[in-house]
Amino acid sequence: MNLNPVDLIVDKYQEKRTALISILHDVQDRYKYLPDEALKMVASRLRMDINEIYGVATFYKSFTLTPQGKHSITLCLGTACHVRGGPKILRELKGLLHIEPGQTTADRQFSLNVVNCLGVCAIGPVMMLDRKFYGEMNPIMAKRIIEKLNNKRRGVKS
Amino acid sequence: MRTVKSVQDLEKWKNDILSKQKRHEIIVSVCGGTGCQAYDCQKVKALFQKELNQKGMREKVALKVTGCPGFCERGPLVTIYPHNIFYQRVKAEDVPEIISETIQNGKKVDRLLFEDPNAHRKITSANDIPFYRSQMRLLLSHNDLIDPTRIEDYIAIGGYRSLGKALFQMRPEEVIEEIKISGLRGRGGAGYPTGKKWENCHHAKGEPKYVICNCDEGDPGAFMDRSLLEGNPHAILEGMLIGAYAIGANQGFIYVRHEYPLAHKNAEIAIKQARRVGLLGKNILGSGFSFDVEMAKGGGAFVCGESTALIASIEGKVGEPRSKQIHLVEQGLWGKPTNLNNVETWANVPLIINKGSQWFSSIGTEKSKGTKIFSLVGKVKNTGLVEVPMGITLKKIIFDIGGGQQDGKRIKGVQTGGPSGGCIPASLFDLPVDFESLTQVGSMMGSGGMIVMDEGTCMVDVAKYFVHFLQEESCGKCLPCREGLKRMGEILDRITEGKGNGEDLSLLEELSEVIVDTSLCGLGKTAPNPVLSALRYFRPEFEAHIHQRRCPAAVCTPLIQYSISEVDCTGCGACKKVCPTQAIEGEKKQSHRILSEICSKCGSCKDICKANAVMVQ
Repeated sequence: MNLNPVDLIVDKYQEKRTALISILHDVQDRYKYLPDEALKMVASRLRMDINEIYGVATFYKSFTLTPQGKHSITLCLGTACHVRGGPKILRELKGLLHIEPGQTTADRQFSLNVVNCLGVCAIGPVMMLDRKFYGEMNPIMAKRIIEKLNNKRRGVKS
Repeated sequence: MRTVKSVQDLEKWKNDILSKQKRHEIIVSVCGGTGCQAYDCQKVKALFQKELNQKGMREKVALKVTGCPGFCERGPLVTIYPHNIFYQRVKAEDVPEIISETIQNGKKVDRLLFEDPNAHRKITSANDIPFYRSQMRLLLSHNDLIDPTRIEDYIAIGGYRSLGKALFQMRPEEVIEEIKISGLRGRGGAGYPTGKKWENCHHAKGEPKYVICNCDEGDPGAFMDRSLLEGNPHAILEGMLIGAYAIGANQGFIYVRHEYPLAHKNAEIAIKQARRVGLLGKNILGSGFSFDVEMAKGGGAFVCGESTALIASIEGKVGEPRSKQIHLVEQGLWGKPTNLNNVETWANVPLIINKGSQWFSSIGTEKSKGTKIFSLVGKVKNTGLVEVPMGITLKKIIFDIGGGQQDGKRIKGVQTGGPSGGCIPASLFDLPVDFESLTQVGSMMGSGGMIVMDEGTCMVDVAKYFVHFLQEESCGKCLPCREGLKRMGEILDRITEGKGNGEDLSLLEELSEVIVDTSLCGLGKTAPNPVLSALRYFRPEFEAHIHQRRCPAAVCTPLIQYSISEVDCTGCGACKKVCPTQAIEGEKKQSHRILSEICSKCGSCKDICKANAVMVQ
């Protein structure tokens, strides 16, 4: 694994231990997850105990230690989305992808995550697919979006 | 970009910008907030840009991408000035018509105007729409006018003038006094008097001192802080500058949650621009006062909205709260005096300094002054951000501004205060909204989320939702919160599965009491509130689940059955096609039937049925 980017990220924050969370965010933006080797490198550059780094990386929900799929699906389950049917969409997504939140499909195409609020409550239920927001979602729309991506991959016109 | 070295420089810059702006006869402002982005406002903006360029109209017409005007549900929103025509649900396809009709000929495009649902009348200007009419938009109104990525736009509306006033006409103590007299209270939830907090930090011993802007906004259902920081970041910076001057701090931090990328980006741009022109940095406006701001990003932990946990997070540690016996104003960030306020609180500061504490305190109630922004969401017709004077009734917010019920189902309550708050029943909707009244009825102001619930919302399910939410988010430091919430969640799970028993409710109350009494931080202490308020106002719903094994709102899946009415079914087959478990049978044009043994109760059939033939019991 090429760890040069990690070096550059730590340089950017001038090896400041207090910038640990920002460093981890940048590392995750680069690799889409926090690889073991990268965390070890961060630990040695910041002269911190690896356990401390793991403590932070596992405490904050934005961080993931497992590789993510090609497409990332984030479903909002905030209160407004909840009362407007968010859980139904989650059930549909789990059924379609055969995974639980926090997991990635075996073919590494989709990662499913849930968050407590994306702050777009007025148009809930909200789903985010690869950083694009979709408002006023329902299970049928969710199914169509996944099917469209699957068809695209297989070269089928929808 | 120029540098501003004095108040005179600032005034001159403003005049230069205004005279340049006069060249534009027409302004097209497109909302670029996160909500409108979900509806592809970028495409609308891109097409305006292309078409206006092609037609050679860019000299006459200015195109602005602004912050969120609040009516997210109707996005993308486009306003044409000076005609003041408010277009909603604008698609890229509509752009050529807006240009040819409105911009070139001054005519309205009727189908894009908002229609009054009662009078069936088209409304031209945003101010005449019921959603906006009863609002008092002191903070949010700037969002419609400025491009948050251009400091010039903020300068043009008189931005940073309050800073000049504070630095040159007021001593720090006078600034604090002004904020104290205004009666401004923290908008983050607890409502602590802002001026008093500043005064304590001002007097605290220790150097350096820090100011922090809390944009963690973890309460699900609230997004006013996101919109303010996204839409008008310089106002927050100006508030922080004034606060830092009053307190004696030279360094500030803006802590933004990870889920708000646009707010983070816009705040970062604002900081860079302010630095470049000299409004952040050394010797600001030639006053000798120096101040700078850094960004800090959260990591998706709800508890980090709590001030001591937030500080641990900025320090790069695990976000665990600590005891507040020694206040942050004395020992906060890195053990130094620290003043932390929420985004909306900071946004009020320049207004108060500019217009005076008397003016500010004339708005609101005796103990709650000024306006408050609420995010009105859930089962209500008009959803979005609503800024109202304190003391307005819930009824006015939900029915006049929100337009009342959404799809024919009666509204039965409103949840305020997020996971620390509670649900207020419709019978109390005459309640004036201020810090004290909401606390009195067992809820709280919180950061301003208002989630409307109707007959289709199960209050047991909502209570369960909050308990699971808090259980997930408990940092785990205190046992009562960590374990108690887990047990409460198990009891509520049981009840919603139809396995509740007669003792469950008293057990829930007992556990709640222990958690309230023995948790360390504010989040733990208030965690049982959603359950307690649901039990207080909606007890019959709990009892129906326990004694009759019935969910009156038809939400809890183990307790409900789907069926199709033979009379209403048209046999169109839409439900059969959409059913994920193939649990629906029936011939075309014949009445269909649900096989309850394989039905997964997902509700897709009910959502798609046009004849309203799918019933839930």
